[in-house]
Amino acid sequence: MSTTMLSLRGLTRRFGGLTAVDAIDLDLAKGELISIIGPNGAGKTTLFNLVTGLDRPDAGTVRFEGQDITGLSPERLAAEGIARTFQLGRVFGNLSVMDNVLIGAHTRLRAVKPAVPVIGPLLELGLALLRPASVKAEEERLREEMKVILARFGERLLPRIDQPAYSLSYANRRRVEIARALALKPRLLLLDEPTAGMNPTETTEMQGLVAELKAEGLTILLIEHKLEMVMRLSDRVIVMDEGKKIAEGPGEAVRNDPKVIEAYLGHGLTTERESAA
Amino acid sequence: MSSWLDYTINGLIVGNVYALVAVGLALIFGVSRLINFAQGSIYLVGAYIGWVAVVQLHTPLPLTIIVVAVAAALVGLIIERFGLRPLQNSVRIAPLLATIGISFVLDQLVMLTFSPNPRALPSQLPDVRFQIGGGTIGPLDLLIAGVGITSALLLFVFLRYSKLGWAIRATAQDRDAAMQMGVDVNRVNQAVFGIAAALGGVSGLLVGMYYNQIDTAMSLQATLKGVVAEVVGGAGNVPGAVIGSLLLGLVESYGVAVFGTSYRNLFAFLLLVVVLVLRPNGLFASARQAPPEPLTGTFIAPSRPVRIPRWALLVATGIFAVLPLLPVSFYVLQTLINAWLLGMLALSLTLVAGTIGQVSLGHAALLAIGAYTSALLSLTFSVPVGLAIIGGGLMSAALGTALISPSFRLRGHYVSIATLAIGEIVSLVILNWESVTRGPIGISGIPPLSLAGYELVSPISIYWFSFIVMVVLALLQGRLLGSHLGRSFRAIRDDDIAARAYGLSLNRYKSLAFIFGGFAAGVSGGIAAHLYSYINHETFNTQQSILALTVVILGGLGNVVGAIVGAVALVGLPEVFRIAAEYRILIYGIVLLLLVRFRPQGLLGTM
Repeated sequence: MSTTMLSLRGLTRRFGGLTAVDAIDLDLAKGELISIIGPNGAGKTTLFNLVTGLDRPDAGTVRFEGQDITGLSPERLAAEGIARTFQLGRVFGNLSVMDNVLIGAHTRLRAVKPAVPVIGPLLELGLALLRPASVKAEEERLREEMKVILARFGERLLPRIDQPAYSLSYANRRRVEIARALALKPRLLLLDEPTAGMNPTETTEMQGLVAELKAEGLTILLIEHKLEMVMRLSDRVIVMDEGKKIAEGPGEAVRNDPKVIEAYLGHGLTTERESAA
Repeated sequence: MSSWLDYTINGLIVGNVYALVAVGLALIFGVSRLINFAQGSIYLVGAYIGWVAVVQLHTPLPLTIIVVAVAAALVGLIIERFGLRPLQNSVRIAPLLATIGISFVLDQLVMLTFSPNPRALPSQLPDVRFQIGGGTIGPLDLLIAGVGITSALLLFVFLRYSKLGWAIRATAQDRDAAMQMGVDVNRVNQAVFGIAAALGGVSGLLVGMYYNQIDTAMSLQATLKGVVAEVVGGAGNVPGAVIGSLLLGLVESYGVAVFGTSYRNLFAFLLLVVVLVLRPNGLFASARQAPPEPLTGTFIAPSRPVRIPRWALLVATGIFAVLPLLPVSFYVLQTLINAWLLGMLALSLTLVAGTIGQVSLGHAALLAIGAYTSALLSLTFSVPVGLAIIGGGLMSAALGTALISPSFRLRGHYVSIATLAIGEIVSLVILNWESVTRGPIGISGIPPLSLAGYELVSPISIYWFSFIVMVVLALLQGRLLGSHLGRSFRAIRDDDIAARAYGLSLNRYKSLAFIFGGFAAGVSGGIAAHLYSYINHETFNTQQSILALTVVILGGLGNVVGAIVGAVALVGLPEVFRIAAEYRILIYGIVLLLLVRFRPQGLLGTM
């Protein structure tokens, strides 16, 4: 029996009259990759926000490696080793590619951020200004490590390492986001539509990268619309519709589940009929 | 007992006036998510147009009100069309800065036209008081209440039943959806600015009549009061703004009753800070809102900063260092000393507003804290001046950061409101805390600058002293920006949600930025105190905060060299062209507006 990395119980979030996430249960084992699929507005991203602390649930619990982390701040969760990417892309536009990725490694800074209570922040300011050898060495080591992470994207990012992120193509910004998440050395990685807006070649490339990460043993929760990719990568697939989990299981089983077909195609057929009329 | 009724009536009447300003702010915030810092200037313009109508043209009262409403609405339309519409697709900071610039330009135009001296604005109503229960009420009170209630009713009917009113409400709910449904958002903006300005102008007229006095300082106060009322009621919430205004009027009136007139504004700003801290979405907002959508676009104008080679910086520093040895006049040295002091303030503000994106409008308060600390340390405790100045810097860093810390959870325009209010609070505390600050008398006889026992009185020595201090501060700041803190600050500015998701604590890093920036500003204030030898609660005012902001935008937000270049340019150029003092502030306002419109990244680029 493999250890459970992430476990959600009855997770619920309401916005006014709308229940965006409705009593979701989920167990993610170490090294497992689960995809969450579902039509737009199914509550997938809200679920991510609840797991990463950007939003607080109205009911239910989130446990990470057995520890209750419900309602903890995103800063704390990042320090625990949870990294995510964002659906619409949230790179730091005015920061260079290198600086964007270095922010990902922020929680791993040790020399410059001594864990001293109360005066810790002042020491951090002092060390940043004085820059003793240990701080310089740490920064250098991280920079070298970031280059290795960026090299995973071939020649996509390395030549642009000093360019500000706002000048990058859409696909490259998505890559920077993933590189930033990897820089955190996450124990749990949440990817929110990593291939949105990418062409087939780029999608295949991204799929290869995610497969690599999985092979390296990383635990991944993936939101994705491209079913081909979901079927190839996932150990299990969870289907959400209107906040509820409507199906769960191996990809092929879920794909043929009548409830899933109805959630996807049912909506689609209704709209088609309407537009035809 | 009777006096309490009087205070209640007075509070409600004043609240009615605030409501006219606040409703306009709420309408504008509703449709364009913008806090219009020029609202108080329109109120000022309304008061002076009213004065012209009443005193010079002798118009009857109903006509006066109509003239003021129409003229103010025209000003509002002009602001919308030429000041804000061109900025629709620009960075988020641009419209905020534009309304600040517009406010400055309008205030100065009024001041230049009518002189800053107060004028009487007679109310044209018979001076009688009616007995009501234990209190009294006059015809002007009734007029104000009548105008307030009539405007509220008209606005309600307009928003509820007219087509344009529907469009305004739709735009306020969801701008994109409204646009897709064919709502002409430009027309909605126009309508909203016109209505807001008409209400604001009439409010200025009524307040002028109520106190039988108008002067150019009304503008900032009105903006602040309107914003307080609007935020208390919940930004963008029109009925909330009315209730917030009445509440503010009552709080002020009762506060004055208990503590005295000089505390009036203190209560307003404390109310604001308390609401911002406890219920940042206003008293009537539902407790929890949907999490903010990812923001597209960046906060500041993206640009590649101009790279200045190190040798050029060294040469420039060298030239300015040996300048006093060359045959230059004391006048030039004096001007540059002012530039170095402003440069230190700009370094502080460019870090806070540019690098970490907290647009502070109360930065002069940090100067004041530094100046008072240093002055009192050297005067009362005979601390050597050099150490006293460092003490001033440390006090600014500590106290400034502590005061601003409640606003660390606020975003965008709210930060500017909070800093503006905190700046006012500092100035009011200095005015009222007589046992320490000597109150309105100010502090005189502050010892001159000295270093290791030697007094620095010659312009040359003062020049070197201030220049060296500024260069050291600039070098330290450059080093800070090159460290992990530099990128952390900028990451928080660009996207605070993503920054938090990667473990950056907003409180921690905003504190560090304010500590560092507060020190530089405090040192600048400390040096100024020993240079002027006399300071009071008005020595460091909002004008300086705005001047510093203009310097920072001119140089490029976050840009260290830019802050100093901007300071030299804005202090130096008016001297070179011998521009009369009263026109300078007008020019600063125009410079700010032109920059926001045509070169938002400043001369040397944002960093």
